[in-house]
Formats: sequence, structure tokens, C-alpha cells
Amino acid sequence: MLPGTDRMPDVIPWLILVPLVWASLAFLRGPGRGGRLALAGLAVQTGLAVKLAMQISISGVQSHAVGGWGAPLGIDLYADGLSAILLLLTQVVVLLLVVYARAYFIAHPEGVSYFWPLTGYLLAAMNALFLSADIFNIYVTLELLGLTAVGLVAARGGTESVGAAMRYLLAGLMGSGLFLLGVALVYGTYGTVSIAVLAPLIEAEAPSAVFVAVGAMLVGLLLKTALFPFHFWLPPAHGEAPAPVSALLSALVVKASFYLILRLWLQPFAPLVTTAAAQLLGLLGMAAILWGSAMALSQTRLKMLIAYSTVAQIGYLFLLFPLVTVTSQEAAESALQGGVMQVVTHALAKAAMFAAAGTVILSLGRDDIGGLGGVASRLPVSIFAFALGGITLAGLPPSGGFIAKWLLIDGALNSGQWGWVVVMISGGLLSAAYVCRVLRRAFLPMEAGARFNSPARALEWSAFTLALMSLLLGVRSAEVLILLGIR
Amino acid sequence: MNLNEALPLLVLGSSLVPGLIIFFLAETRFRLRTALNLAGAIIKLLLIGYMIWGVMDNQSYHFRHTVLPGLDLALKADALAILFVSLSGALWLLTTLYAIGYLEDSPHRSRFFGFFSLCVTATVGIAMAANLFTFFFFYELLTLSTYPLIVHRGTDVAIRGGNTYLAYTLTGSAVLLTGVVWLYDLLGQVDFTYGGTVASLGSEYDGQLKIIFVLLIAGLGVKAAIVPLHGWLPQAMVAPAPVSALLHAVAVVKAGAFGIVRVVYEVYGAEFSESLGVLPPLAVAAAVTIVWGSLRAIWQDNLKRRLAYSTISQISYIILGTAMLGLISTVGGVVHLVHQGIMKITLFFCAGNYAETLGVHKISGMNGAGRRMPLTSAAFSIAALGMMGAPLTAGYVSKSYLSEGAQQANIIWAEWVLTASGVLNAIYFLPILYRLWFKSQPPAWPRKHIQARGGKETAWLLLIPPLVTAAATLAAGIFSESNWSPLFWVKIIAVREYSP
Repeated sequence: MLPGTDRMPDVIPWLILVPLVWASLAFLRGPGRGGRLALAGLAVQTGLAVKLAMQISISGVQSHAVGGWGAPLGIDLYADGLSAILLLLTQVVVLLLVVYARAYFIAHPEGVSYFWPLTGYLLAAMNALFLSADIFNIYVTLELLGLTAVGLVAARGGTESVGAAMRYLLAGLMGSGLFLLGVALVYGTYGTVSIAVLAPLIEAEAPSAVFVAVGAMLVGLLLKTALFPFHFWLPPAHGEAPAPVSALLSALVVKASFYLILRLWLQPFAPLVTTAAAQLLGLLGMAAILWGSAMALSQTRLKMLIAYSTVAQIGYLFLLFPLVTVTSQEAAESALQGGVMQVVTHALAKAAMFAAAGTVILSLGRDDIGGLGGVASRLPVSIFAFALGGITLAGLPPSGGFIAKWLLIDGALNSGQWGWVVVMISGGLLSAAYVCRVLRRAFLPMEAGARFNSPARALEWSAFTLALMSLLLGVRSAEVLILLGIR
Repeated sequence: MNLNEALPLLVLGSSLVPGLIIFFLAETRFRLRTALNLAGAIIKLLLIGYMIWGVMDNQSYHFRHTVLPGLDLALKADALAILFVSLSGALWLLTTLYAIGYLEDSPHRSRFFGFFSLCVTATVGIAMAANLFTFFFFYELLTLSTYPLIVHRGTDVAIRGGNTYLAYTLTGSAVLLTGVVWLYDLLGQVDFTYGGTVASLGSEYDGQLKIIFVLLIAGLGVKAAIVPLHGWLPQAMVAPAPVSALLHAVAVVKAGAFGIVRVVYEVYGAEFSESLGVLPPLAVAAAVTIVWGSLRAIWQDNLKRRLAYSTISQISYIILGTAMLGLISTVGGVVHLVHQGIMKITLFFCAGNYAETLGVHKISGMNGAGRRMPLTSAAFSIAALGMMGAPLTAGYVSKSYLSEGAQQANIIWAEWVLTASGVLNAIYFLPILYRLWFKSQPPAWPRKHIQARGGKETAWLLLIPPLVTAAATLAAGIFSESNWSPLFWVKIIAVREYSP
């Protein structure tokens, strides 16, 4: 295409540059500063993500050659409907979490020191990950994402936070190490790391080294996604961190590695994946649902309950693999749509729940579930946000989670896989059970002599907005799914 | 969007919008809250009146919003929807009045009325749902919006009752959802249509359709409290009286029964259900529930619990009528949807009055209450006689159509069940009436603080609603042949269901 004909301004690189810039500025301003920069940066990023989504829906998949040098020599960036959905989701969730975090760290200053720059770098890494078109670039972004996330967990200091961060670091490094091994093997075999170039090569011929590579990459990513039994690092990391960090990690960071599994499974490695592998992922997902829910049902601390709920909900996402692998086009399409809706609605709902829990804990000064009495009357907006998030997790109408569950069940029925229907239905009921554990406490009267501080409005309403969005997606899912259809 | 499309939405909005505003009102804004509640309820009734006019004039009211390709949220106002919408609209207004009087000065009224309005919105959505997806959507919304009402008092018992309710109903809806998605998978969009739609699938699907029928009915049966899925209902009694009244008359249990009516007539179709052989088991389940509920009611001393078991029994009249093939039994079943509603709400209003004014919760403490509260007790007596099926009441109309329907369908045992249930109803209602009117008053009533002022028996907001519904119970019986009775309307529906 000739320059200047009908070229639209390229937003892709800016989605990575903007967070890098404001994060660096925030770093220069010193510890605890930079909330306003973050807010401005995210407003811009959200605009960019909307713009990208519109460009994609008008003129299809977008790509960008960094510095004018495309593959195979330079780096290609690439965005289709799926990337656009995740980019948009990320910017919107973080925008609201920034509003939340600014108020949160006023009331709770410990842990704020490097929150803003680290969040900025994390966003740059995550946006780059969603835009990457080659597996080496993916490795780089994955590593950067892991390190910034660990930094956020450790930032609060104290033995428990640092302990949790160390576990997280270990799991993250092992995960990305395995991924790198896979990348090296693939490069050694085919001499390229570009996803687009790899796809036909793999389809033509795949020596056994490639199977090893795919296995290593898959296990590495499962470690990072915290699928059962690799979930050991998640509850302490997500449960110990300050509430905005927990929300960020649970809502988005685990989704990034899940996105990679999904993308690689569907695109270059599709010829290699087998029904057996897909069923295994589904079974692990089922185990995660059962284990995560059982653990959530027995937690005494609010944030740990939510963290274990994430373990269970990640399991739910993996139920999609048996439905998209070697099944009819119709079943696969429905399941993929359901899976992506689940990613989106869970991210909004989980961010809302962690944020609401943070507000509750700030106000009460304690985080045991037994001490929640009176919250329903003192903090109605927060408990409402928590409940709406819970409705989404349980997949009940009118939430977006309901549409996700409907599509997944439809996919399972369509491909004749009855067992998974039972798992999905029971998973929803288990979520309702642990959400209800919290709500029933909240409706009890306040304990005598309990302390209570009124929270800032921004804390309550940002969580509520997130929850409301997860709910409203139930009646406006078509837009998301149309975007998903652009590949 | 023209008016005919907007009207179903407006009917929903007339309770949804006030509800959402009320959530954010301060506790002290008593006047504004009351004004919003009443304005919403009256506007809803006016809109419904306009729709009745239109439906008689062969207008059709449809609204459709595509959520996903092949998955529409669709509302319509057909004759059956109008029947249920009018019942909910009218009883909502009365219950709101009652609740305003009942909750005077109690805490968290904004929360209460907010969820109360959501609950009615969900009920109206269920009534007007034009397909199974929409039905399920509002059915779940109803589950969720009633939970906070049941646990409203925040006591341990209330919360336990609420949790039992959620455990039963959420499991039920999970089963229902499986059936719904399965049916969508076979048929595409499952719109409610006179005469049903599934017959078009062909006989090779009969096996699957039977399983789906079981899933749907089991899912709906939890809310309709079919034995053995009824365990939550007596426990949900801990809710404040206006909630119990609405729950037993229009909202929750009725939603289950209404769903069964829709599934049998407008998804499967009466004739096709009969040929599948799924109706006799349903009739048996209903019969067992009728007898079991009545038997259990006899042993309850707590008035609200006795009424709860009575509801279990009475709701299955509707299901029995639906499960017997034939025009007359359909009329009997569907008309009981309305008749049971007005009678049962009267009983619950009165039970609330005894509890609030006299502090009497147990039947053994009701001696002589008829002389202390004559109007309330008269209303109670009319409704109780109606439940027994006494002539000149609404209950008589339902029962006579059901019996005749059983004869026509040649199901002799159903007649026996109806007779037995009438006797059992008398066994558990007549002693209450005897205590009310013929025993002498105790020297002092348990509750010292009495709301009644200036010689009236109780606050007028608590008195008017039961009097109105008791009068309606009589009117629906005496004027059942007029063109404005529920019976007349139900006959129109029944004819349409059998001649699509």
C-alpha cells in the first residue's frame, strides 16, 4: 500500500509505548507518586483500545511492523478480534482499578511505593503480549509480565508478602523457562518463530522435537495460569497482596497466559493437539473447579476465599479445550465464544470482588469472614458489587457469566459430551455456595464493639462499576462475539 | 420502536425504575419512597389495563432484543401472559400498601422495597416471556431478588431459611437450564406457541424429549413445591408477612406453576405431551403433593406454617389441571392460578395482622380473635372457605371445573384426590374458624403495643388489602360467568391452546 492513500493512524505501537512512558515518569517522581499519571495514561490507552477495536471491526485484522522492519528480520505486531477484546478488557479493568487504587493507597499507604511504575510496566508487557505475532516476542513479554507481577506482590514488604512473592517468582521463572525451551526447539526445527510462518510448516511436517516443544510450552503456560495442580503459588500471592494488586493479578495476569494457550492451541499447533490432550486439560479443569471450590468453602479469610475462587474459575476456562478439539465447527465456535465470554466476565467480576473485599477490609480493619456482620447495612454498595460479581461467577442471569455458561453448555451438548455439562452446572452451583457464605454473614447484625471506618466513595463505586459491567454484558454480548469472529 | 413494542418494556420498567431509584434513597425519605412505590404500581396497572383492551381488540404486543444470534430476549402479551400480569400487577399494589403499613419504622426499608420491586419486575418478566430463554432469564432474576427479602430480618433463622431456599432453587434452575439449552440445541429458538412446537421434530426424538420434559418439570417443580422438592417452602416462612404473601400468591411458587403451564401447553402441546406419555406421571406427582401438603398442614400449630403446607397442596391443583388432557381441566387448572393467588394472599395478610396487632403466631392462641378483629377475621374466613371449595367463592369454581375435567378425561382417582383434599382442607381450616368465632377471648393478648388507633381493629393500611382480596374471592365466585371474570378470560386461553 502506498503511504498516505487511506492509511489509518497506527494505534498498535502506542498501546505499548504509552504505559512505558507514564510508568517511567512515575518512577522518576518517586515512591508513592504517579497516580494521576496512571489515570491520564489509562484514559489514553482505553481510547486507543477502542479505536483499535473499531478499526478491526471495520477493516479486519491489523498488523504493524516495528520500525518499518517486518518479519522475518524485524518484529511484527498483530491484532485480531481476540487480541482486541483482551486489550480493551485490560485497559477498562485497569482504568477502574486505578481509580480504586488512588483512594485505597490514601487509606492504606503501605505497599504503594512502586505500585504505579510497576503497574505501568506490567501493562506495557501485557499489551505487548496480546499484540505479539511471534513466539520469541511472546517469551519476552511473558517474562516481563511475570517479573513486574512478582514486584507488585512483594512491594508491601513483610515476611508473608515476600514469601508469597518468592513462590510466585519461582513458579513464574520455571514457567517461562519451559516456554523458552519450547521456543528454542521450535526455532531449531523450523528456523522461524513467527506464528504465521510456523502454521503451514507444522501442518506439513512435525518431527518429535516439536511435540516435546509443544509439551514444554504448554506445561510452562499452565504453571503461569495456575491450573490445578500448578495452582500452589496463586492463593498466597493473590491473597496476601494489597487489594488493587490482587484484583489486577486475579482478573488479568492469569488470563494473559491462558490467552497464549488458547491462541497457540488454535493457531500454529492445531495439527498437533489430540483429543486425549484436550480431555486431560478438561479433567484438570474439573479438578481445579472441585478443589478450588472446596478450598474456598473452607477458608476463614475473605481474600483467600476469593483467591481460591480464582483457582476454581480458571478450571472453568479449561473446560473449553475438549469442546474445541476435533469437534464439529458449530460446537467449537460456540465453546470458543463461551470461553472468551467467561474470560471477559470473570475478569470484570473478579476485579470487582477483590476491590469490594478490599473496601470491606479497610472499613472493618479485619479480614475474617466471621467478622462480616453488619456489612450489608453499612457498606451496601460494596456488598452489592460483591454479590453482582458472585452472580457472574455462578453464571446466573442476567450476567455475562450466564451467556458464557449457556454457550459452553451448548458447545458440550452439540459435541455430545454430556459429562462436561454436568461439570459446568455443578461448577456454577459451587460458586454460588461460596459466594453465599460471604453474603449470609454480611446480612447478620453487627458484632458489639466492632470498629468501623467509612470508606471513600471512589472505593465503593469503582468496584460497583466493574460489577455492573460484568452484569450488563449479559444483554450486550453480541458486540463482543462479533469482534471475536474477526480472525 | 412503536408503542406496541414499547408497552411490554414499559410494564417491566414501571416497577424496575422505581425499584432502582429506591435502592439509593436514604432511609428517612419515607414520603418519596412511598410515592415512587405507589406511582409505579398504579402506572403498571394502567398500562396493563390498556394492554387488556388491546388484546381483546386483537392487537399484539411484542418486544424482541437479540442477545446473540439465535438467542432472543423476547416479551409478548398474549392472553395467558395478560392473566398472570394482571394478577401480579393488582396484588403488587395491594401488597405494597400492606408492606408500607407493616414495615412502619423498621430498619432497611429502602433495601426492602428495592428488592420488592425487582421481585415484581421478575414476575412480570416471567409472565410476558415469549420464549424459554427469556423465561429462564427472569426466573433466575426472581430467585436472586427474593433471597434478600427472605433474609431481610437478619436473624439466624431467617438466614438459614434463606440458604435452604437458595440451595433448593439454584439446584432446580441448574436442572432447568440443562433442559432449556438441550431443547434449544434441538430446535433452535423455542418460542411459546399455542399447541406447542416440539411435535415437529419427529418420532426419533421422543426419547430425548421425554428426558428434557423431566428436566424442565423437575427444575420448575422446585419453585412450584412439588413433593419431594418442597422442603424450602415451610422454611421460607420466616420472611416478613408481605413477602410471604407475595411469595405464595404470585411470585415464586406461582412462577413455577406458570412455567409448567407454558411448557405443557406451549412448548410440548397438550396432545403431544399426552402421546409422549408424560402427563400421567405428572398428574400422579401433583396428586401426591395435594394430599401430602394437606396432611402435613393438619399438624402445624404455627399459622404461617399451616398456610405454607396448604400452599404446597393448592399449587398442585394447577398442575393437576394441566396434567389432565381436556379443555375443562385446563380451565380449572389455569383459573386456579388466579383464584389461589387472591385467596392465599388474603390468608397471609390476615396472618400478618394477627401477628402484628395481637402478637398471635400460633393457632392455639387465636381463640376469640374474631371478636377482637372482626373485619380481619371475616376476610380470613371467606378465604379459608374458598380454599375448602365452598360455594359462592372462587375456590368452588376451580374445584368444580377440575372435577368435571377429571371425569371428562376419565381419570377417576383424580376425583377422589380432589374430594379427599376438600375434606382435609376442612379439617385444618374449620378448627381455626371455630376458634376465631366461637371461643372466648383471652384476658390479655400477648402483644402489649397495639398499632390500632381510635377504636379500629388495626392500622387501615393493614386492613384494606385483605378486605379487597376477600371481596375479590367472593366476586370471582359469584360473578364467574360474567365477561370480566378470570374464568371468562381463561376459557378464551383454553380454547386457543387446543385449537392452534
